[in-house]
This record gives sequence, structure tokens and C-alpha cells, in this order.
Amino acid sequence: MSVLVLAEHDNSELKSATLNTVTAATEIGGDVTILVAGSDCGAVAEQAAKVAGVAKVLVADNAAYANMLAENTAALIVELAGDYSAILAPAMANGKGILPRVAALLDVGQISEIIAVESADTFVRPIYAGNALATVQSSDSVKVITVRGTGFDGAAAEGGSAAVEAISNATDAGISAFVSEQVAASDRPDLTAAKVVISGGRGMQNGENFKLLEAVADKLGAAIGASRAAVDAGFVANDMQVGQTGKIVAPELYIAVGISGAIQHLAGMKDSKVIVAINKDEEAPIFQVADFGLVADLFEAVPAFEALL
Amino acid sequence: MKVLVPVKRVVDANVQVRVASDNSGVDLNNVKMAINPFCEIAVEEAIRLREKDVASEVIVVSVGTKACQEQLRTALALGADRAILVETDEDLQPLAIAKLLKAVSDKEGAELTIFGKQSIDEDNGQTGQMFAALAGLAQGTFASEITIDGGKLTVSRETDTGEQTLTLNMPAVITADLRLNEPRYASLPNIMKAKKKPMDVVTPADLGVEVTSNIKTLKVTPPAERAAGIIVESVEDLVDKLKNVAKVI
Repeated sequence: MSVLVLAEHDNSELKSATLNTVTAATEIGGDVTILVAGSDCGAVAEQAAKVAGVAKVLVADNAAYANMLAENTAALIVELAGDYSAILAPAMANGKGILPRVAALLDVGQISEIIAVESADTFVRPIYAGNALATVQSSDSVKVITVRGTGFDGAAAEGGSAAVEAISNATDAGISAFVSEQVAASDRPDLTAAKVVISGGRGMQNGENFKLLEAVADKLGAAIGASRAAVDAGFVANDMQVGQTGKIVAPELYIAVGISGAIQHLAGMKDSKVIVAINKDEEAPIFQVADFGLVADLFEAVPAFEALL
Repeated sequence: MKVLVPVKRVVDANVQVRVASDNSGVDLNNVKMAINPFCEIAVEEAIRLREKDVASEVIVVSVGTKACQEQLRTALALGADRAILVETDEDLQPLAIAKLLKAVSDKEGAELTIFGKQSIDEDNGQTGQMFAALAGLAQGTFASEITIDGGKLTVSRETDTGEQTLTLNMPAVITADLRLNEPRYASLPNIMKAKKKPMDVVTPADLGVEVTSNIKTLKVTPPAERAAGIIVESVEDLVDKLKNVAKVI
């Protein structure tokens, strides 16, 4: 029995979500193989080989996989699938696009965003924006699974010494092509990997006011998030969205500023270790999940908070 | 160009669901149901394509119980031309749904299928991609903008780090993200008109699709509740608690 983990990366760096997925793979049991599909991605393969608990790294280094187009990457995984009893990927844009294709081509079901492994065929996943947890069992010959990073600790990035094997597959389905990418440049940590996250909601009133949160984030080394309301209102970019349909985060400290706490937002952050809410409306539902609530005008409270850090 | 838009009947986004006491699922008795919000965005996008004369016909399709006709009528009231219900009382998994939708699409000869990126009940986010794979088509998931020109579809996608632009060969599959558009409201005259629009009802057997699933739900439980927190009196108090009680800063 052996588990294949699709690496999340940008051709130069292995993303930390891969480490959480390796842990899930280890809990399922069997040898863990990481697949690095990319172009000029040798550095990623080296990093993958160092991950603790990994037996083998397969590298498909080809222009066809440069941007991990779902059509090409799914075809690659299907070619390799015969050797594995489970195929896992982080539940990020790539994995969520690719693995359902893999499952359909293998004529098996897919299990999305698991947060716990009960046994080699039984998994726990949130449904209804995390308002319920479903325990599901699969009798498919190969389990195809996306893994929610917040459900598993990351495997150690160093300490392993897996064999790296280049594979020559080069499937280009020829039906999709990469044009361009606009990556939001930021010196801050990734939202999903940050130890501290400070998020703003509709109460921020405009995008300019997010500077108040940036000042706090600078001092705490925090990532900055936003509620869907703030994104919908055009204050900030969608890649900052925390919630059911945005990013799922579970930092040590989550600070919600001017966020009322709709269930869709809570779905994205309620597993944070410590939650702070700053809101002037004492009835706001966010206070029901907050460890520490401060009923105050954010435009006074946030600068005062920053000054004390 | 025919555009196919699958829509799902789900619990209304504003309802806080409760887990049933026997842990068999969530309690759906007397709960308000609606079109899945992402499917509604997909319907809107298709209608806009028809209004721009890019699409000739917008067909909405749902898979589920007879009650799904309600959501199909809503989609018709928004402007879809006709509806198809694949009627079944079975609780189907995404792969089975994708197979049924492919059979419908093959019959209709749709050149573009627009899905919602995920349903807000099961949160699977699989059906569009599975459909694309079964049909051998390119997919543009998490779409925030699409344009069609000369047999190619250009799609902007929401990714983890920003936005990505791809071109896809047609026929193609799109899954709609939030920012693709803002759906309109159905006007009263359109709601009346929708009652007369055609709605076909077929069964999985009619489509020759066998619907089985190897994934079963053993139980559904409520998530662990967070212990009640406290309200602090001042910013100073908050900083003190974070430093000395929670020890997170």
C-alpha cells in the first residue's frame, strides 16, 4: 500500500500545505510518495526529498506541467495511479481543480477537504460551512482526497532523505493554455500558514483603512485577511478572503476587526486557537466564538492596540 | 451556441442548520431552500451571454427530487429558456451527477456548461471538474471573468495567490466564483412568464446512466463548540490578556 501526494509549489518553492498533506498521507498508512509536477522544478524536488516521512519523490519536469493546468496534471496522475491506494492533494486551487478530474477519469468518488483520518478508508470532513462534520467511508479501490491544511500538523520540512526519480511523462492535452498570472505581491506570511492573522470586514468602511490593520500586522508578523463582505464591497482583493468559499485558516491568534461574523466567515476561522473580536456592535455574532471580545470603535481601538504592542 | 447550466437545490445560505439527533444528517424539515448561490451566478452569466448574442439558448438542469422544479422555475424566471429535471429520490454523489449531466449535455449538444464552483451544503466542489473530465473538455474553475472569441474561451481564475488567465478550447466547462457577476432579481412579469416555459422531466434510467456510489456517510455530528469567551473592558486589558493569559503575543 502506498500513498501519492501531489506537491503544491510554484516551481521554486514547496508550499507548506504539502507538509500537512504528507501528515494525512502518513496517517492513512503505507509509503508516501510526493509527485512534483512542474517545469524547472528541481529545487522543489530537492525540498520534497527532505520532508520527513517521505519514501520517494517523483519529478515530472516538463513544460506541459509548468502551470499545473488541470487537464495535463490530471492525465499525468491517472498514468501513475495504478501504483497507489490513495491519491492526496492540498485543498488549494490546484488540488481542488485537478483531483475531481483524476477521480472521474478513474471512475471513483472523490472526498473533499478532509480534516481527520479515522482509518485507511474512513475520513472526517466539514459540510454546511463547518456547521456539521460528516464521517465518510469509501470502498473505492483508490481513494482520491483533498486535504484541508488546518486539520493536520505539517510534517517536518527537514530530516527526510527520499530518493528522487525523474519521470518522462509529458502529457499535453492541448485543450487549455496558460496566458498570464497576476500574483498579489506581499512580504507578509501566507494567510494559510501565518501564526497570526488580522482580518477586516465591512466595518473597515474602505480599502484605505486596511492600513490600520497593516500597522498591527507589521508588529505581529501577521497575515491580513478579510471577510467576504469586505471583498464584495471592493475594499480588498479576493485572495484575502477568509471563509467557506475563501481560505480556511487556523492560526494561533486570529483578530477579527469590524467583522460581524456571518456563518460563512466563521467557517473559515473558527478553528483558530485564540480569537479576538473588535466590533462596536455588542450583538455581533462574532463575539460568540471570540475568546476575547472588545466592544469598541475600531478606528480608536486598533491604533491604540498597535501602540501597545 | 447552447449553454447548459446545472443548478442545485440547497438550504438557503442564511439558515443555520442543525445536525439531526440521530446523527444521520442535518435536519432539513421546514427549512427554507434556494438555488445554490454559485449556481445562481452561473445562471446569470449564461443569461448575459445570451443577451450579448453569444449564446442562443440557456438550458438549466437539476438532478434531484421533484421539489427541484422550484429552483428550476426560479432560474427560468431569471431568464433561462427551458429546464430539465433529472428526477431521482436517491442522494447522489458528485460523480453520479456528473455522469447524468454529461448524458444531458450530449443530448443537447451544449458548447458551454457553466457550473457553480461548489454547493454550500455538501461543500464538495467536484461536479464541474468531473463533468469536464468525463467529457474530455477543458475547465476554467473559480472563474471571475470569461470572454468568448473565435472558438476560444478566455477565463480569469481566482487562485490562492491572485489571478490566473487561461484560454480554453470550446466546448468548455466553467465553474463560477463569487466575482463573476452579481445576479439580478427576477421581476414579477418574468416570474409569471417562467410558469409557461418548458420543463422536461427525465430519469437516470431514461439517460441510461447507472448511479451508484462507493462513498457512504457513516454519521454526521455537530462540530466541537468553542468555550465561551469574555468581553474585555479596554485595549489595555486586551493586550494584557493576550500576553499573560493566552500567551500568544
